[in-house]
Amino acid sequence: MIGTLDSKIPPGPLASKWANHKDHSRLVSPANRRKFEIIVVGSGLAGGSAAATLGEQGYNVKCFCYQDSPRRAHSIAAQGGINAAKNYQNDGDSVFRLFYDTIKGGDFRSREANVYRLAEVSNLIIDQCVEQGVPFAREYGGLLANRSFGGAQVSRTFYARGQTGQQLLLGAYQALCRQITAGTVKMFPQTEMLELVVVNGHAKGIITRSLITGEIQRHAGDAVVLASGGYGNVFYLSTNARGSNVTATYRAYKKGALFANPCYTQIHPTCIPVSGSYQSKLTLMSESLRNDGRVWVPKARGDKRPPEQIPEAERDYYLERKYPSFGNLSPRDIASRAAKEVCDDGRGAGESGRGVYLDFKDAIARLGEETIRERYGNLFDIYEKITAESAYQRPMRIYPAVHYTMGGLWVDYNLMSNLPGLHVIGEANFSDHGANRLGASALMQGLADGYFVLPYTLPNYLAGEVGKRPGTDAPAFEQVERDVRARVQKMLDVNGSRSVDSFHRELGLLLWDKCGMARNATGLREALARIPQIRDEFWRDVRILPQKNETYNQSLERAGRVADFLEFGELMCIDALTRDESCGGHFREEHQTPDGEALRNDEEFASVFAWEYQGNGAIEPPKLHREPLEFETVQLAQRSYK
Amino acid sequence: MIVAVTGVILVLFVIGHLLGNLQIFLGPEWINSYAQHLRDLGGFLWAIRLFLLIAVLLHIYYTIWLAIENRRARGSYREREPVKASFASRHMAMSGLIILAFIFYHLAHFTVRVTDPRFALLKADPLNRYDVYSMMVYGFQNVIVSAFYVLAMFLLALHLSHGASSFFQSLGLNDKKLTPRLARIGRVVAWLIFIGYTSIPVAVLLGLVKPAQQL
Amino acid sequence: MNFRLRVWRQKSSDEKGRLVDYDAPDISPNTSFLEMLDIVNERLIERGEEPIAFDSDCREGICGTCSLTINGEAHGPSHPGAACQLYMRRFTDGETITVEPFRARPFHFIKDLVVNRGALDRIVQAGGFISARAGSAPEANSIPVPKHDADRAMEAAACIGCGACAAACPNGSAMLFTSAKVSHLAFLPQGHPERVTRALRMVSAMDAEGFGNCTNTYECEAVCPAEISASFIAKLNREFARASFAKKLGD
Repeated sequence: MIGTLDSKIPPGPLASKWANHKDHSRLVSPANRRKFEIIVVGSGLAGGSAAATLGEQGYNVKCFCYQDSPRRAHSIAAQGGINAAKNYQNDGDSVFRLFYDTIKGGDFRSREANVYRLAEVSNLIIDQCVEQGVPFAREYGGLLANRSFGGAQVSRTFYARGQTGQQLLLGAYQALCRQITAGTVKMFPQTEMLELVVVNGHAKGIITRSLITGEIQRHAGDAVVLASGGYGNVFYLSTNARGSNVTATYRAYKKGALFANPCYTQIHPTCIPVSGSYQSKLTLMSESLRNDGRVWVPKARGDKRPPEQIPEAERDYYLERKYPSFGNLSPRDIASRAAKEVCDDGRGAGESGRGVYLDFKDAIARLGEETIRERYGNLFDIYEKITAESAYQRPMRIYPAVHYTMGGLWVDYNLMSNLPGLHVIGEANFSDHGANRLGASALMQGLADGYFVLPYTLPNYLAGEVGKRPGTDAPAFEQVERDVRARVQKMLDVNGSRSVDSFHRELGLLLWDKCGMARNATGLREALARIPQIRDEFWRDVRILPQKNETYNQSLERAGRVADFLEFGELMCIDALTRDESCGGHFREEHQTPDGEALRNDEEFASVFAWEYQGNGAIEPPKLHREPLEFETVQLAQRSYK
Repeated sequence: MIVAVTGVILVLFVIGHLLGNLQIFLGPEWINSYAQHLRDLGGFLWAIRLFLLIAVLLHIYYTIWLAIENRRARGSYREREPVKASFASRHMAMSGLIILAFIFYHLAHFTVRVTDPRFALLKADPLNRYDVYSMMVYGFQNVIVSAFYVLAMFLLALHLSHGASSFFQSLGLNDKKLTPRLARIGRVVAWLIFIGYTSIPVAVLLGLVKPAQQL
Repeated sequence: MNFRLRVWRQKSSDEKGRLVDYDAPDISPNTSFLEMLDIVNERLIERGEEPIAFDSDCREGICGTCSLTINGEAHGPSHPGAACQLYMRRFTDGETITVEPFRARPFHFIKDLVVNRGALDRIVQAGGFISARAGSAPEANSIPVPKHDADRAMEAAACIGCGACAAACPNGSAMLFTSAKVSHLAFLPQGHPERVTRALRMVSAMDAEGFGNCTNTYECEAVCPAEISASFIAKLNREFARASFAKKLGD
């Protein structure tokens, strides 16, 4: 069905690929732009900035989000910052270095050309956001401040207190608001995309459900842009918002778009540990804490003394010990796995034994409590609110949690999937982070895609599509809408005995156990055997109340999402099983160096795994397509943070 | 904004009026000559009265209008707990309306002098001026009248304890540091006004101030 | 811990609502308020009763989705903080807890504890932005911004848009929300070109939505999870007066 995967990477030297590409892409004239309808699903950093920018350029945009306002997209929760190669600190940063750090951080599993472009436009993002009124931190001279973040050896991270995501999102949201007033963007809040409509092989529309009235609607467009975020909630417990889901991208996958690298999930090392079975979500503590906090566990197994009673000599500062040069700042995947290791070894902190200490005692002694309060006050407050403990007095307890998903729909250099017309941006695509994302890079990628990449590459597709938008009465729309209604009805008709959440929780625990921080073939096979059973049970025994579509129905909303997670989880495990190597966030226990580091197999696996859905009904194994990754500029090396 | 501006005009009047009244403690000579000065202003006095009347009417008109809008805008909770709003701020309409009633009574009592038949019996003072001093003393010797005055002044103080500082907020004349200070100053001023005004009936009732003439 | 809940149940804006009592036994003190409602809902579903509809998303106090009035206070008794950051250890064992939605006339009722706060979006749409076309911005460091101004802008920009200010206001006024956005942009040099129209348009949009007027009770400031200071309302009043004046002169 699908030929070779063409990544459409432009020719020429790495540094001039993007400029060349822009010079030779097709354009749509200003007069013609208003003839196009663009559908954007999602209103976070990627979707919001894309919708606003396309509106600015004169296209008609319809933007959809499940939240009650575009300002509530989960990008808002990002704390730490956004990277850019401005080199304002005069510490040797450059576009190349940002590119290199990103590709190395991704464990050499991303495309050189994409990542280089990302580093290149990073500077434009900062200019744009400052002009929009994003109140970045500043120095006394009035110029922008930076900090070093997430294991970078230069200070290239721009931030707005611990609320950088919020401020960047509000910038995009305000740009979006401006376009809504200008009439170029029509916003559809509380409207969820339930299906993609493909006409003659091109993505030309979506079917949506209003979360308020239950109304099922058809929307036709000349192109569809998915910016619906990641799938971290497949694990039930994650740092994602409760509503974050895989439905938009998974539905596109079932309509023929390839899903790339679903096993690449990022586990963030510094989250507040789980405290009980009732827990509904995990809370991230910004990684910036590791700049001043020291991570340790007791040296002795089962040492349950309160941390202040454990003498210095009996503490194991394991990150500093194992990675002397990066220490507490080693990359996320490495820090997470190290935490799991010491906890598996029975040396975990706290009641549950699933936690490690993040200690600020030395930093407070060195810098004074005031400075620490200034830097991390809001984070310490959050911590205290949740745990009722003060991190000024005793070390924080932290544990890794699912945070971000590097996998996503496969896209080419133009951010278009193999389905023509379907564009995928932000966390929803797979493109820039490889097997592990560096801190402060997600915000960068979302905004790069939305403000500076898609607005150049989308016209390249549209130019050949003048007047090809189908009417919503086209047979394809009719058919897809019928399918959607039937599926909703089927779900309501089950009328079983178990709540939607109970299935979600069961799936999440299973995946966290078998396809979480560390995976092995046996575990993955067990998960693959179990998931279809949970899914069958779901379709036999789920209970949705009220048992009706035409109303505000949160049970039904969630049921649809969980049903997709129940299929998607399987795809994730298949990918994890097939990728028989360790890389970045994907750690296969069978493949590690003698001292427990991830062992890549570049010979066999230096490629993107893109999965094609096969057939309807019962799940047949998806078909694997490989896109080889070619490295012309960087040398593949084992990541070493020692 | 109109509420704030008219409010501040009325506050200034209240302070001026208080300073005038406190002259009662300086004896009949002072206050009677003060009252005579006011009356000598003639047309100008009427201009001031008209100005104050307009201020009062605008203040009332706009607050009623705002109150209606606000009542419409707020949600109808079954249960509602104020977190920070002071008692004064939540009962501005009530205190305002009672003060309005008081103003009517006060004008009838001391300005038009129709409520107390004894005032007609008062003779002019030695310098042939109206004996305001004695009028006030006789007026306040009635416990019920004095009690109403004290109550009204209490409500006025309450009204001002919120109103005085609100002025600065509504006109945007404060900032984060000034706001709490202004609020404190507003409250202090309001209660000083209360003490000032109530000191007169209290002094009369305690017999510390006696009439200058017998009826 | 055990609690008795009195929860506002109302199927739609056409039907009458009422407070319904539910028992919430056996709740860990480390449960968040919303997780406690999750547990109650799970039990309702088990019994075949319709679960209580309530809004939430990020559950870490930043998205502004949760919108509960708990025991008569917007976001509940633990200020500053959103309802999702409220933990059951804050209550006493055996306590009766009343839960209602955010109420203010412009927040149109949807179901149970859920209201529509689109009015807040429309206020921002009226002018709460800087017109900066993507790709046309000057170099980020070309306009220095004094640290003090940037910090003040950040304080105002921290608003999470939950609408607790209007829900707690005895006048249903959205002044705190509006003032935060107007102030944020007025503190920055980039916001100055549109300063006059922004203040005028946002205030008139706020009035058009049917929000009430500020009588300086400061309830908004007290319940604000983002600790937005009411001094920004003074700033809005100032900006508005300035803008009205500038407009008169300009015409």
